[in-house]
Amino acid sequence: MANPKQRFGKSRTRKRRANWKAEAPTLVECPKCKAMKLPHSVCGECGFYDGREVIAVSEKE
Amino acid sequence: MRQGKLGRDVGARRALLRSLVTNLFLYNRIETTEAKAKAMRPVAERLITKAKKGNLHNTRLAAAYLTSPEALKKLFEEIGPKFVERPGGYTRIMKTGMRRGDAAPMAIIELVGFEPVAVKEDKKVKKAAPKKAVEKKAEPKVKSPLKKAEAPKKTMIKKAGTKVPAAKKAPVSGEK
Repeated sequence: MANPKQRFGKSRTRKRRANWKAEAPTLVECPKCKAMKLPHSVCGECGFYDGREVIAVSEKE
Repeated sequence: MRQGKLGRDVGARRALLRSLVTNLFLYNRIETTEAKAKAMRPVAERLITKAKKGNLHNTRLAAAYLTSPEALKKLFEEIGPKFVERPGGYTRIMKTGMRRGDAAPMAIIELVGFEPVAVKEDKKVKKAAPKKAVEKKAEPKVKSPLKKAEAPKKTMIKKAGTKVPAAKKAPVSGEK
């Protein structure tokens, strides 16, 4: 029985994958320590959010 | 309105939320995934509203939900009274970024105006602590003579300074 060798050619596969793009995350500057952080989230560098809320500011041991 | 199903059937979801809410009341602040934090918020807030009234019926409703009697006690004796003046919005959710491992968005949910309860890491730590206390009481009687003997040989001013308090403790416990 005759069967197709493959369903999609390289061209079709590559055209589809050409649109897989990584997006850079939106970042904002932490108002306290000036490090870049995710918006609306606690700063991972200084542990501050909304002017206070110290959250485990652990220095490297 | 319920936020989502959290990938669980009714029973597992209810059990999870009960556990989360109970622990929130016990520790004042817990870190969990953003989805779980958002799902538990209305549940927690309704219980707090019940606690503000504090009648027998509400107490029983809360008792049926919470998984620990201590949490129930704390909810009605500490948390409820503190929020009497506050018209809702007893909890605060703060996003804390992605979890290492599965990149799940994490968040901290806390009772507004409460300090987080310090958590001791392991049961091992708790068990070890009393043992050390016992050892300290026992040790000075036996080992303190040795320390006194050793101290002069090694004598450095700094070391002597550190060992003096140890020597002082020994006679005190010996007297007792």
